[in-house]
Amino acid sequence: MKRSILLEGQKFQITIQRLCHQLIENHGDFSDSVIVGIQPRGIYLGRRIVEELQQIPGLPNIAYGELDITFFRDDFRRKDSGLLVPSSTNMDFIVEGKKVILMDDVLWTGRTIRAAMDALQAFGRPEKIELLVLVDRRFSRQLPIEPDYIGIQVDSIDSQRVIVSWNEVDSYDRIELLTERNN
Amino acid sequence: MTASPRQLSTNHLLGIKDLQATDIELIFETADNFKDVLNRPIKKVPSLRDITIANVFFENSTRTRLSFELAEKRLSADIINFAASSSSVSKGETLIDTVNNILAMKVDMIVMRHPYPGAGVFLSKHVNAQLVNAGDGAHEHPTQALLDAFSIRERLGDVAGKKVAIIGDILHSRVALSNILCLRKLGAEVMVCGPTTLIPRYIGSLGVKVEYDLLAALKWCDVANMLRIQLERQDIAYFPSLREYSMLYGLNKKILDSLDKEITIMHPGPINRGVEITSDVADSHHSIILDQVENGVAIRMAVLYLLAGKRG
Repeated sequence: MKRSILLEGQKFQITIQRLCHQLIENHGDFSDSVIVGIQPRGIYLGRRIVEELQQIPGLPNIAYGELDITFFRDDFRRKDSGLLVPSSTNMDFIVEGKKVILMDDVLWTGRTIRAAMDALQAFGRPEKIELLVLVDRRFSRQLPIEPDYIGIQVDSIDSQRVIVSWNEVDSYDRIELLTERNN
Repeated sequence: MTASPRQLSTNHLLGIKDLQATDIELIFETADNFKDVLNRPIKKVPSLRDITIANVFFENSTRTRLSFELAEKRLSADIINFAASSSSVSKGETLIDTVNNILAMKVDMIVMRHPYPGAGVFLSKHVNAQLVNAGDGAHEHPTQALLDAFSIRERLGDVAGKKVAIIGDILHSRVALSNILCLRKLGAEVMVCGPTTLIPRYIGSLGVKVEYDLLAALKWCDVANMLRIQLERQDIAYFPSLREYSMLYGLNKKILDSLDKEITIMHPGPINRGVEITSDVADSHHSIILDQVENGVAIRMAVLYLLAGKRG
């Protein structure tokens, strides 16, 4: 297994801050916007971005929720997926008429995002849904879904894996690309 | 990335007897999430949209049938309902034939209630569908036991270490047997209480205490699960009169007030008000009877979802 580090340390932090400023450009004071992290791994990105945004004067209260999409996946009962056990959904607001920014760590096939848009409907009809991802695995989409905000773009093949680690749970911030040796 | 897949250890839910404690925990965790779904404005998820479920009821039911039906609809499954009273069973068709005819219509799962103990186990060996036992005679009623334990966990925080008294007609009750098995697997202490004639002789071998005095049972327990007297299953007289039963084993406010602690009151329904429980107790804040009904839908969604996940 070959590991190559794509992003870590201060560069990782700079990328997060750039994403925050791009969000401010489009969403101003976030009075009509909500941030939704997708379970299980998108919540760390969502929490980090909200934390960073709240450091900025004039942006104290940002609505933030965490959405579990397990019951909305289209690979339930497909042979390779096994059973998908849910994480919790914490959404204490409705998204009716709001601009929603969905956040996930890695965008690959796009199927998670399709399920998330489906799951979001239970919380009302948003005015707009945007997508922010830390890693965009280009040219591997199976659905017509593209991100609005991108941390880094990666060209990878299907057998490779992209791992995002978070200081909060893994004790360091890092994005890695894993390649099987025999490839 | 998703967490490593967890699955039930069984392909059917025939009884609590076949479940591991980890299965029960998995069902509870999944039900927590479905309970959250049920409190949203849109109470529906598309998980089972390509599954067809037949509800086959050879015995009357209101709560269980409605609860299963609602759980199935909330999961977006297609449903057909079958009641034996209006079917060809009265023309002499066998159980296997009836069910195979239903399965020939491309049904994936069967939820069955049957008056004979073991009907589900028997059927699971002869048909190619997943089975959920919704009550088989005086044998088991697994989803009721799961929702009862889930409701105890919700009210008291945990099931392990809690003292639960099951009071009433233990002999004819499938709820009692499933509850005993489920609560024991989760580490609760269980006592059964009722007239000697309604306590099965070897029930102690299941690891439960036996008590014939209602007050002593109530003093011991944290939770009292009151069962209905199943007159329809009693072919002989087990006690002199309902009035006498009610005097000795009926739960009323006076006896509850005489305790020096608060206990939680449960009842699987249907309630015979004034027999095993008085109205003021059934409707009091001690009672979690309606929470049990609410939790029933979430538990049944979890069971159906987890079983469907095993179809591959």
